[in-house]
Amino acid sequence: MGLIDALIAAYAYLVANFDEFLGLLTEHLALVLVSVTLAIVVAVPMGVLATRNERAKSIVMSFGNVSQTIPTLAIIALVFPILGLGFLPALVGLFAYALLPILTNTVAGLENVDESTVEAARGMGMTENQILRQIQLPLAVPIIFAGIRTSAVLNVGTAYLAFFIGGGGLGVWVISGISLFNTPQLLAGAIPGALLAIGLDSLFGFIEGRLSGEGMAEQSPAAG
Amino acid sequence: MTKTNTTGTTEASDTMIKFDGVTKIYSDQTVAIEDISFEVERGTTTVFVGPSGCGKTTTMTLVNRMQDPTEGTVYYDGVDIQELDKVDLRRDIGYVIQEIGLFDHMTVGENIATVPELKGWDQSRIDDRVDELLELMDLEPGTYRDQYPNALSGGQQQRVGVARALAADPDVLLMDEPFGALDPLTREELQDEFLEIQERIDTTILFVTHDINEALKMGDKIAIFDVGELVQYGSPREILHNPATDFVENFIGDDKTLKELQITPVRDIMSESVPTAEQPTASSTTDTGIDSTAALADGTGDQYVTPTDTVDIALSRMIETDTQSLPVVRDDDVIGTITESSIRAHQSNGGV
Repeated sequence: MGLIDALIAAYAYLVANFDEFLGLLTEHLALVLVSVTLAIVVAVPMGVLATRNERAKSIVMSFGNVSQTIPTLAIIALVFPILGLGFLPALVGLFAYALLPILTNTVAGLENVDESTVEAARGMGMTENQILRQIQLPLAVPIIFAGIRTSAVLNVGTAYLAFFIGGGGLGVWVISGISLFNTPQLLAGAIPGALLAIGLDSLFGFIEGRLSGEGMAEQSPAAG
Repeated sequence: MTKTNTTGTTEASDTMIKFDGVTKIYSDQTVAIEDISFEVERGTTTVFVGPSGCGKTTTMTLVNRMQDPTEGTVYYDGVDIQELDKVDLRRDIGYVIQEIGLFDHMTVGENIATVPELKGWDQSRIDDRVDELLELMDLEPGTYRDQYPNALSGGQQQRVGVARALAADPDVLLMDEPFGALDPLTREELQDEFLEIQERIDTTILFVTHDINEALKMGDKIAIFDVGELVQYGSPREILHNPATDFVENFIGDDKTLKELQITPVRDIMSESVPTAEQPTASSTTDTGIDSTAALADGTGDQYVTPTDTVDIALSRMIETDTQSLPVVRDDDVIGTITESSIRAHQSNGGV
């Protein structure tokens, strides 16, 4: 019964503080979407560069690995002395965290394109640029998109930590709920975040299915 | 794009491709081919044949500059290929590879339209061309145009591959073991279809294979390679009659007479005289004459051949039915005879 009571209490808290909730949710979503969008803008070209040049690849991949290995909290702590408190440093931390899945998947997606497909394209007189835009990237899109999905879902969770440097988001309720033993507040912050993660994951999963379903049957590329 | 060799134009030579002392050494110091020279006549099919690693594919890829020669010169329609823009050159040359390499994210129609799109044809011309090619390759446009490559069988995929290579009416078509990955039945079907297509287009074709039978079947000229060296270059008949080296002899195999029969059409050997039906000398022959026409009429039995059948088929049917001669039939009419002795005579004459 305790659980149900707690849920009811959390719901009551949420309804009572609905305006504040909307503000936090918006901040949370903004942190996730902006950081992932920035990560796409940076990681996809970096991934393309990496497949063009072996040296660029080792640099780019170790950069991505490092940014993933450092705990987000540490990144946030590192950013704090430079950018101070607030939304921006939180965004930078999340951005760094979102880079690697998109980067590795861009590289994997491009490298996964059959050598013979690229050879055929080159042999027909496509320029390297046309091969990239018309053949390699479209064929890699489903895999790149899977990386974007991973980053977005990861960042819904990671964005709770933004609270520590005043970045806002649902972490405000969760962490003050923990420190004040205010379970309804904690749950009112945590449950919507979990639902958000699940919702985003299903949405992206649906789009991903549409992208790879478009003619490209459910076969492994090797079967072609 | 159409041939500019109408009489009198600049250098109306019949040579489309010329290799002059070409050597290719890869960056890891592997010598792929060494000092190779030959000429390919416009509108003919030349087959490069040899064991794996003999340099035949390298030789072919020098033509569309997927590779560049280390030494020597490749001429394309009289021009040093190094002076031509790679991309433009490749758009004028069709390219078919063993792995097919269709673009899985594009429909069959979009795949075929690739080079016309690159060349900036207008849309209606591209659409017409796509349908025309699908029909040529025996793929019903309404059914196949909007399908994705993964929905097709291997044979159908390579048909699309060939259609895609022919899309912009290339002057030259390069085919790198195009039918090598197909099962034997499909391979033969595609070979036969391609032979028919070959008659209808005046494209210069370079064809790579490791299969001597395919080479003999498809080629006007055959170039036999042995580890980086061009050991013999000539017509199938020349190669069968005068193998230049032991290597060529071995490569052809022990059944070279049979191989020659396989590439000789019945029409080259048959005599125009119509047998029994025309000159019924004895009553018994009249009977057999009637029999064979009756067999023809209801399409039963294999006791006849057509002028385009090859002589090995004629011989096989003779042995099968234990006869010495067969009527040659075209469109239900008996137009001649082929006899075992005429085949033997033809062969002992050196096949000419």
